[in-house]
Amino acid sequence: MPNLFDRVFGRSSPPANKSSGSTAKERLQFVLIHDRMNIPPEKLEAMKREILEVISKYVSIDDEHVDIALQQRDRNSLLIAEIPFLKTNEGIEKEDPKRESDDDL
Amino acid sequence: MGGKVITITSGKGGVGKTTTTANIGVALARLNQKVVMIDADIGLRNLDIVMGLENRIVYDLVDVVEGRCKARQAMIKHKTFPELYLIPAAQTRDKTAVSPADMIQLTDGLRTEFDFIIIDSPAGIERGFRNAVAAADDVLIVTNPEVSAVRDADRVIGLLEAENKGPGQLILNRVKQDMIRRGEMLSPEDVTDLLAIKLIGIVPEDETVIPSSNSGIPVTLNDKSLAGLAFRNIARRLLGEEVPFIQLSESKGLFKRIARLFAGGER
Repeated sequence: MPNLFDRVFGRSSPPANKSSGSTAKERLQFVLIHDRMNIPPEKLEAMKREILEVISKYVSIDDEHVDIALQQRDRNSLLIAEIPFLKTNEGIEKEDPKRESDDDL
Repeated sequence: MGGKVITITSGKGGVGKTTTTANIGVALARLNQKVVMIDADIGLRNLDIVMGLENRIVYDLVDVVEGRCKARQAMIKHKTFPELYLIPAAQTRDKTAVSPADMIQLTDGLRTEFDFIIIDSPAGIERGFRNAVAAADDVLIVTNPEVSAVRDADRVIGLLEAENKGPGQLILNRVKQDMIRRGEMLSPEDVTDLLAIKLIGIVPEDETVIPSSNSGIPVTLNDKSLAGLAFRNIARRLLGEEVPFIQLSESKGLFKRIARLFAGGER
């Protein structure tokens, strides 16, 4: 609730104490990325899911820390993906080349 | 190649394209440039009335393109500046009466005689927009610090890039510093962050603009107007001069504004 002081001096206090100017910027950042790529958010989500599915076929993914997002560099769009693997990935743990060579000797 | 063709466009309507065109044209003429302005908004003619030239129209852009008159005959000479002309839009036709090739042909003929050919684009991204940008060497995109105008500007910039006319330069019009200070309006930095193009002008919201349009005397001829100063600065930047942006940030009152106006070193 805006108090009397805020109201008198024209300071609005929207939820989360955020100014509408920064809300405008955030909303535009999101919408411009999708406008420029000509890809709606649902399609992007589907693409992300598919990418993860493909990777999951080969290695176990640490789902909780996956971060795939569109970014803008100048006026170009990039898909930046951070896809951490789980430490328990069998392929990595079991085939330790060092140990193998030890055995060979 | 001679004169430069500059198109002023925006995507969204009502952001101040025509006012900007009129003021940049006048400001360039004031800097002793030979200027012809073309109103490419066929069917919604407006540059003539903003310039105060609405009673002198004999021929229009479509008459020129369709060969009913020479370009010279359609040019209306400005009352104060003998080297400033306007080719008005046709009022009773539509955008399809002119093609991008027509615009290129017309402006090529004008380049030898003028330093600047300034085209006022209609709103939108269809035929009228394509006509307006077809011949452009430089495109100036006018926007307001407001979500819909910024989004449309981004769309236009994308289309310009696709046609190898981009990215263009940005004019941020109707900036209200007190609202920016309260965090209730996108700042010039916010807008350039979002659009990632070069800024060529920041024009403050100014109550002298509408009275100027009312009387058909572009505001840049009013030496006391801050918006008028901003338009003169854009004209100087178009001529390659490095002109700092007007500092609106610490604007606290009329006295300071006037002090800055005199410090600005305007001619």
